[in-house]
Amino acid sequence: MNVLVYLVPMALGLGLIGLFAFLWALRSGQYSDVDGAALRVLSDDDIEK
Amino acid sequence: MTDTTLDLSLYAKPSANGGLAMDLAIDGIACGACISRIEGAVKQLPGVTEARLNYTNRRLHVAWADPFRPAQILQTLENIGYRAHPFIPLRAEQEEAAEARRLTRCLAVAGFATMNIMLLSVSVWSGNVTDITPETRHFFHWASALIALPTAAYAGRPFFESAWQALRAKSLNMNVPISLGVILALGMSLVETANHAEHAYYDSAVMLLFFLLVGRTLDHAMRRKTRAIAGNLAALKGDTAHRFVDDELVSVPVAALKAGDRVLVKAGERVPADAVVVSGVSELDESPVTGETTRRKVAAGATVYAGSMNYFGALTLGVTAAGSAALIDEIEKLLEKAAGAKSRALRLADRAARIYAPVVHLTAALTAAGWLIAGSSVHDAVVTAIAVLIITCPCALALAIPVVQVVASGALFRAGVILNAGDAIERLAEADSVVFDKTGTLTLPEPRVVNAAMLAPDLLALAARLALSSHHPLAQVLAREAAARTPFDGTEEEPGQGVRALIDGAEARLGSADFCSVADAHAGEPGTSRICVAHGGRSATVAIAQTLRPDAVDCVKALNALGLELHILSGDRRDAVEPIAAALGISNWRGELKPAQKIAYIETLKAQGRRVLMVGDGLNDAPALAAAHVSVSPIAAADLTQAQADAVFLGEQLRPVVQAVVGARRARRLMAQNLWLAAIYNAIAVPVAIVGLVTPLIAALAMSGSSMLVTLNALRAHRGPHIMPTQAEESDAS
Repeated sequence: MNVLVYLVPMALGLGLIGLFAFLWALRSGQYSDVDGAALRVLSDDDIEK
Repeated sequence: MTDTTLDLSLYAKPSANGGLAMDLAIDGIACGACISRIEGAVKQLPGVTEARLNYTNRRLHVAWADPFRPAQILQTLENIGYRAHPFIPLRAEQEEAAEARRLTRCLAVAGFATMNIMLLSVSVWSGNVTDITPETRHFFHWASALIALPTAAYAGRPFFESAWQALRAKSLNMNVPISLGVILALGMSLVETANHAEHAYYDSAVMLLFFLLVGRTLDHAMRRKTRAIAGNLAALKGDTAHRFVDDELVSVPVAALKAGDRVLVKAGERVPADAVVVSGVSELDESPVTGETTRRKVAAGATVYAGSMNYFGALTLGVTAAGSAALIDEIEKLLEKAAGAKSRALRLADRAARIYAPVVHLTAALTAAGWLIAGSSVHDAVVTAIAVLIITCPCALALAIPVVQVVASGALFRAGVILNAGDAIERLAEADSVVFDKTGTLTLPEPRVVNAAMLAPDLLALAARLALSSHHPLAQVLAREAAARTPFDGTEEEPGQGVRALIDGAEARLGSADFCSVADAHAGEPGTSRICVAHGGRSATVAIAQTLRPDAVDCVKALNALGLELHILSGDRRDAVEPIAAALGISNWRGELKPAQKIAYIETLKAQGRRVLMVGDGLNDAPALAAAHVSVSPIAAADLTQAQADAVFLGEQLRPVVQAVVGARRARRLMAQNLWLAAIYNAIAVPVAIVGLVTPLIAALAMSGSSMLVTLNALRAHRGPHIMPTQAEESDAS
């Protein structure tokens, strides 16, 4: 079972990456307007006509 | 119409890219397409560098480079159908936003830790009944410790800080047993891990933090949402004033006025701040201030109060008290006294904590003593005692009340009631008497035409179109009510008299009885204002009066049915209050009351052991609102009054007041049920723990099971309080 010695820390490391990604998203204001984000994706105003 | 010369420099602040920026509250947003319409229109203005709409809280952030007048933004938005007003976030709201971000970070960390520790713990639990080697278990325990200790140190801080504050103030709150439970569980697990023992409780400690943070974060998010909506409504009410700068008039937001400024108030406008009349003669309607519906004549030297409506001539005023902080001294003093004397009801959760904490800690101590006496080792006795603390960890108990509050305040919000105070639900549920103000509370904030059915429709329509050309407040009521849109050409207004125009070859007049040569204008009951119309030999008198809110009678019946005792306290004349009280069937009424007398009346009720719910809107009600057990204001109320109220209701109907009481009572019942559920859970779990049978697996199952049960029960508060047949959706926030 020696494989656990590096598999468990690896699993934790991957989890930590996810955690920091979330904290970064929170800090950069991506959760400040969740309702708006859901609607903005539907508008086409970023497409050049 | 927005005045494009409006000076909004008060609201502008330096932006990140060197220009200026401003936040605006926007009214009229209906769907997702509004986002690009608003941003597109504002971005096209020359000078604007950034425009971003926050759809969640209905606020637009605009940045621009200098020579640019932000009043253009207001004008542009008005042209495409949105009302906007600059907005300065309150300090309280900013602090709450920071606290919410902190709670979310704690929640994320606790969630990450719970998942990973559970992963390790489940391996240990299943390994313990199969073939895990002691070395692997030992490794997993240390890995769990490595995750759990920093997590508790970070995510547990909101609880530890609050518990520490309570202990320093020599009192107990729910955070004390929580903190103690977490710290002891982690400490014991560390000792056990160091001793290569079979059981560790890292998962229980971290899961407890996670569940509690979920409850707190939701609670906070709900309160922030309602606070943001209330803040927008307050900003959108913001009026402008005409200030003299070297004999030139400049439009400024009322909030920018300072003592010593001179302002001009035209007919049909509200007095922007407490002031003294410098020149001009007029009549003021002071009902928003005093509740008195008879107009007061003012001339140079008279003191006037913010919120009064100017009826006739233009007045030049010298401002004595700045902007919206304006307040009569007497009311301010009463307010301080009343707010200070208000004995804050001890909240249900704190009451539960005060019983719960000593009982649990005593039980744990007795368990340790019992095992020692029975001859077990000190180690075993202490481990069992801590197991008692962990299993009684007040997870369910601490969730029991906040979750109900979140769900219930969400349901009330949909019914048009915005809660200002966290414990308002509990106090609303306790109310057994309701004291109403009359003007603006039982009656609509604006007067209405009362005899429209008796008038010839074509004459009424003509009167309404004429009224569009008048600045007189009564004419504006008439125009609004008859939905007139097209004014006549070539109208002439004679200040204080009326409007005339040539229509179909005959002169039409709208105004006072003398102006229209109509005789019967003075006949009729007091409290009713009359406005006459004459056109080519035909004439009519339109009666305009304060009218009851449309559902006031039904609401009074519903409140009676709920067992509440009703009272009316008004600052208005007795003969104006009496017909209203008679129409509603309320026998306890008083008129001509000063603010101090209102407080005295409420104090008398309180001395009789009554819990008073005060509903009022006027500045003169603010002290009474503060003195009452719990208070509610309509959204049209004066700012200061609203700040005193525990809840604010939206719309023209009175129904939200009934719904608030019904919803709060149901929430209170659910809170009590939840506390009992938690107590029953403890009654089953504690004996098991005392006997020493609690393994980490049982602790985890029991804790999450009881939390789920309590949360599911709380969700029953989600159903809105449906108590009356009328289903009008006027209470919608938009």
